[in-house]
Amino acid sequence: MDVAAYEKLLPDITPRNKPFWDGCAAGELRLQRCTDCGRHRFPDAPVCPQCLSSSASWEAVSGTGTIWSWCTMHQRYFAAFADEVPYRLVYVRLTEGPLVISVLADEPDELRLDLPVRVVFRPSPGGRVIPQFSTGDLVTAA
Amino acid sequence: MAMKDVAIVGVGSSDFGRLYANKSHPNDAYELAAEAFKEALDDCGATQQDIDGLLCINIKYGQFGETVGLTAPGFVHDLEGTGRMSGVALQEAYALIRSGTADMVACVYATNGRSAGLKYGGGDADPAGAYDAMYGMTSTGAYVSMMYQRYSRLYGAPEDALAPLAVNNRANGARNPIAVFQKEIDRDEYMASRFIAEPLRKLDYCIINDGAVAFIVTSADRARGMRKKPVKVAATAGRAELSRSYISPDFYFSTSAAVAEDLYKKAGIGPDEIDCMQVYDNFLPTILFTLEGFGHAPRGESWEWVRDGRVELGGERPLNTSGGHTSESYMQGFALHVEAVRQLRGEAGDRQVENCNTVQYMCVSPIVTSHIFTAE
Repeated sequence: MDVAAYEKLLPDITPRNKPFWDGCAAGELRLQRCTDCGRHRFPDAPVCPQCLSSSASWEAVSGTGTIWSWCTMHQRYFAAFADEVPYRLVYVRLTEGPLVISVLADEPDELRLDLPVRVVFRPSPGGRVIPQFSTGDLVTAA
Repeated sequence: MAMKDVAIVGVGSSDFGRLYANKSHPNDAYELAAEAFKEALDDCGATQQDIDGLLCINIKYGQFGETVGLTAPGFVHDLEGTGRMSGVALQEAYALIRSGTADMVACVYATNGRSAGLKYGGGDADPAGAYDAMYGMTSTGAYVSMMYQRYSRLYGAPEDALAPLAVNNRANGARNPIAVFQKEIDRDEYMASRFIAEPLRKLDYCIINDGAVAFIVTSADRARGMRKKPVKVAATAGRAELSRSYISPDFYFSTSAAVAEDLYKKAGIGPDEIDCMQVYDNFLPTILFTLEGFGHAPRGESWEWVRDGRVELGGERPLNTSGGHTSESYMQGFALHVEAVRQLRGEAGDRQVENCNTVQYMCVSPIVTSHIFTAE
């Protein structure tokens, strides 16, 4: 992969989202949580969309969720991903509510709707650690 | 003061097929817009001097106004070049006329996306934030493919469930002399189409082509003295579902159902009385979501409802009679408005729906809109 091209796709680290990236580096999924009404939000935002409070803290969350859906990208849209096609993307509903795009760290042959997953952390091509999800332990447990 | 009834009196559009055939020729969006605008004026017998409201979509009013000598309209507004603005533009024109703010409004849309190499993914016109792009997620089509993946598994839609829609659009395009694609396809050709964002195939995707559309909106009173039979805007309704993602967790069902309820009440017309449907089809699953949200088909069953010819020309409720966005042209919903007008005037030639008195436009997207048009 063209690492320089890939790194341009990563979100800029800003003072407001830095706790999220620090969490990834520490192996912990951290979300912003409204101090007034308790609502979790992702990505970081200046106010709570529910109560408009600007007071929020960053908290480690469960890291669990379910697969809302998925697709397999065949088209070469991004230069950085040109050699990766086809690749599978998932949309995960976190237990705390927010929905996030991600990929699976393991690649089970068969996926089904609402399959439980758990966050894992993997270095992206340039080294920055990003969240991915695993169907592994929880599937066996279910 | 009583609210005024509103009508579309003039329409114009490019010859999309001719433009597409001449691939090597780069098109100027303002040239295309000016041609469509002139055609719409000629269609109703108006001149630039009659236009006191100008809505430009995907082009800029300053350059367009100077290009066509429309330099002193009383009301001017640019709208972004997205499909959801097709319904919004007509709603804005409707509100301007209805309230008496303007007497005659021109809505003008143009794109030279093909000439400019626009890809609608990988950063071009992309709904994705960086938190999605870092995984390689991009393009509105990929978000729709995720909705369709979930839909098809929830409701048991088979792998070829979208084939009737792809086949129908092409069959209609074959009867439309200005369509980009005028060759019919069958189910097997659909199934052989390559994946873009699986489960969606190339034939589920709108075309990227150059062209322009214009329509002229005025009061029903003023419309009566004009060149052609006016098409009345019987009612229009809308509701947004705003989020950073294009994915709606219920495939825009509840938002669409709310719009439908409002629309049918205002119009005094229900889905069973619609003679012809124009459905915003950026990607074919959007048609299924639309038919269910607007009460044409039962929830979870639209993929069955569209089989067996129901939506074909000559069927119970013909759909996208010009060929829609996968066959006629991707004018982001604007050309579907023109087709509604042509059907109600009886100008649709080989694709004319018999006894066509009511046409519904529906756009399911982060701003869901729908209108019902009737022949005066």
